[in-house]
Amino acid sequence: MPFKIMREFASHEIIIEPKRAWIAFQWKELWRYRELLRFLTVRDIKVRYKQTVLGGLWAILQPFMSMVVFTIFFGMLAKIPSDNLPYPIFVYTALLPWQFFSNGISNAGNSLVASSHLISKVYFPRIIIPAASLGAGLLDFLIAFSILIVMMLYYGIFPGMGILLLPFLMLMIVIAALGVGMILSALNVAYRDFRYVIPFLVQFWLFATPVIYPASIVPENWRWLINLNPMAGLISAFRSSLLNTPILWNDLLISGAVSIVLFILGISYFTRMERRFADII
Amino acid sequence: MNNIVIKAENLGKIYRIGSAEDREKTFREAITDMAAAPFRRIRNAFSSPVSNDVNPSEFIWALKDVNFEVKRGEIVGIIGRNGAGKSTLLKILARITEPTEGKVILRGRVGSLLEVGTGFHSELTGEENIYLSGTILGMNSNEISRKFDEIVAFAGIERFIHTPVKYYSSGMYMRLAFAVAAHLETEILLIDEVLAVGDAVFQTKCLAKMKNITGEGHTVLFVSHNMAAVGSICDRGVVLDAGRILIDSGMQNAINYYEKDVFQNKYLSKPIIERTDRSGTGDIILTSFRIEDEEGRKIDRLPNGHTVKLVFDYRTRDEKGAKNVDLGILVERESGERVFQLGTRFTGQQFPYLGSKGSLTCTIKRFPLVPGRYRLGTYFQCGSAAADYITALTYLNVVDGDFYGSNYQIYENETRILIDGTWAHQE
Repeated sequence: MPFKIMREFASHEIIIEPKRAWIAFQWKELWRYRELLRFLTVRDIKVRYKQTVLGGLWAILQPFMSMVVFTIFFGMLAKIPSDNLPYPIFVYTALLPWQFFSNGISNAGNSLVASSHLISKVYFPRIIIPAASLGAGLLDFLIAFSILIVMMLYYGIFPGMGILLLPFLMLMIVIAALGVGMILSALNVAYRDFRYVIPFLVQFWLFATPVIYPASIVPENWRWLINLNPMAGLISAFRSSLLNTPILWNDLLISGAVSIVLFILGISYFTRMERRFADII
Repeated sequence: MNNIVIKAENLGKIYRIGSAEDREKTFREAITDMAAAPFRRIRNAFSSPVSNDVNPSEFIWALKDVNFEVKRGEIVGIIGRNGAGKSTLLKILARITEPTEGKVILRGRVGSLLEVGTGFHSELTGEENIYLSGTILGMNSNEISRKFDEIVAFAGIERFIHTPVKYYSSGMYMRLAFAVAAHLETEILLIDEVLAVGDAVFQTKCLAKMKNITGEGHTVLFVSHNMAAVGSICDRGVVLDAGRILIDSGMQNAINYYEKDVFQNKYLSKPIIERTDRSGTGDIILTSFRIEDEEGRKIDRLPNGHTVKLVFDYRTRDEKGAKNVDLGILVERESGERVFQLGTRFTGQQFPYLGSKGSLTCTIKRFPLVPGRYRLGTYFQCGSAAADYITALTYLNVVDGDFYGSNYQIYENETRILIDGTWAHQE
C-alpha cells in the first residue's frame, strides 16, 4: 500500500489557481475519466426506458411514426419530390441521423442543469455530462437503424461504394451534435431561457435541413447558404451513401467544415464557462 | 517538503450576492455577452478579477487570505459556523469551484465526499449504483469490483442488491451511500458533514472506518458541526470565521476556541431576530426565547427535578400563517454529543396551522439533566422543509434542584440523565 501511494504521489500533482479567460482543453484529463463517461452513458441508457412498457421499442417508434406522418403529409399530399426514391425510405434514412442530432442536442442541452447535484458536489471534466447524453442517443440510433435495413430489403434499394463514407459521416454528425450540445448546455446553466429556446431551435432546424425534402430542390446558387447548416450537407450525404445516389461533395465539404468549426467553438466556450458552473448552476 | 500534500497560499474566493434576478441574466444579455467576449478578453488581461466599475457591497469574500499546509496522514477538522467558508474551502480543494485568487498545490489523488449518495440514481439497482457512485467519486471499476462484497456487507443490504434503490428504506439508502463513500481510498479525502446523518451505530462504524483509512497514510480534511465527531477523529483543528482562519492548532484547543470565542461573542449576545447563524426557508422564524418556571416567571437557570417551560415566540413570513408545523429542541453537551431531542413529531403534536404570530411552549416536568452547561438547539419545520434551524440557540445552565429529593449531590460522570424511578424491596 505505501508503495502504491508513493508511486501515485509522484504522478499526481494538481495545482489549483484562477485560470485565464481562455485555456486549452484538458484532453488528458478527459482520458483519465473515460470510465466515468462509459458509466454515465450506460446510466442514461438504463434509465431512459425504465418503467415503460415498450422499453427500447420507443427508439424505433419515434422515427417510425415520424416517417408515417411525413409520408402522408409531405410525400402523398404535398407531393414533395424525393429524388426518385420511395418517399418512406427517403425520409426515414434522413430521420435517423436527424433524430440522433436533435434528441442529442436537446438532451445534451439540458444535461448539465439536470445534473446540477453532481456538478456542485464532485469534480470531473464537465464535458462528460453532455457527451454521455449523446452517447446514450447512439444506441437509439442503432436500434432504429435495424428498421432501415428491413426497409431496404422491402424496397430493394441497396447501398453502393458510398457506404464506406458512412462511419465518417456519423463521426461528423456526432462532432456537430457535441459542438452544439456543449454550447447549449453551457448557456443553459447560466441562462435558463435556453430550456425554452431548445425545442424551438430544433423545430426550425428540421425545416432548414433536407430531411423531408431533397437538397436538389434548393436553387444551385443558394445551396451554399443552406449548407452552412452542418446537418444539411451531412444528412444529404448520409442518405446518398445508404441509398446509392450521387454524393454532393461540395455540400458535404461546406457542412463538414462548419461542423468542425462548431465543435471547436463549442469546446472553447464550454471550457471557458465550465469553471463557473458550480457557482451559478 | 514532499511530506506536504496540501499547500494553500493566499486562497480567496469572492461570491456575488444580491437577488436571484440580478444573477440570472437573460437571453438577450447572453447574446451580447457572446458577441462581446473577445473584447472582454482583452480588457480582462489588464484588470483584476473584480473590476472597479462594480459595487463592492454586492460581493462577499467567502474565503480570504487562507494559508495552510497539511502533511501526509494528518486528519484535520475544519470547524466554524454556517457561512464561515468551510464548504467553500472544501469545494476549492475538490476542484468543484475555482478560487478567485491564490493557489493550492495538491499532491495525490483527491476524493471528495460532499454529500451522501453522490451520483445515486433512484431507478438503478444497488449494484448499479455502487459502480456509478464509485466511479463518480473517482474509483476505477477494478477497484470497485475488488471492494464490492465488502461494500455490500458494510451496508448490510445483501438481499436487496438487485433492487432499484427507490424501493429502499431511507436507512438502507443511507447505509449503502455511506458504504460506497467509506471505501473511497484516495490519498487525500475531503469530507463535508456526511457523518452527520445515519443512525448512531452506523455512524460509529463509519468513524471507525475513517480512522482506519488515515492509519494507512491517507490525509483527511473533515468539515463538521458535530464537535464530538471531529473531536474524536481529528488531531488538528482549523477554525474558520467569515472566510478567514482564526486558529489552527490541536483539535481540542480549536473546539474550545470555537465554542468560547466565536460562538458566544458573536452570536449569543445578539437578539435572536438579528442572528444569522440559522438556516431554513424562513417561512416561520423564531423571534425570541425565554425560560420560565412552573408559575411562568422568567428564570436563567434550570433546577433539575422542577418543571421548566421553554417559550418560543415566532412569526411567519407573511400574514397567511404556516401549515403543518413541527418544531423541536435539541439538547447537547458542550462537546457536541446529543443528550436528548424533544419534538412535536415525537409527541404526535404537529400544529396543522399556526397564525402569523404567537408563542409555543415546551413544558418539561421534572427536568432530568445533571447540573452543567448544555447547548440548546431548535428547529421549525413546515411540512418536510426546514423553516428555521438554529444549532446553538443558547446555553442552558442546569443547577441542582434535588431531583430525587434525597439531598444526594449527583455529578456528571455518574449519570447523564436523571430517570424518574424509585426502588422498593420485597421479601
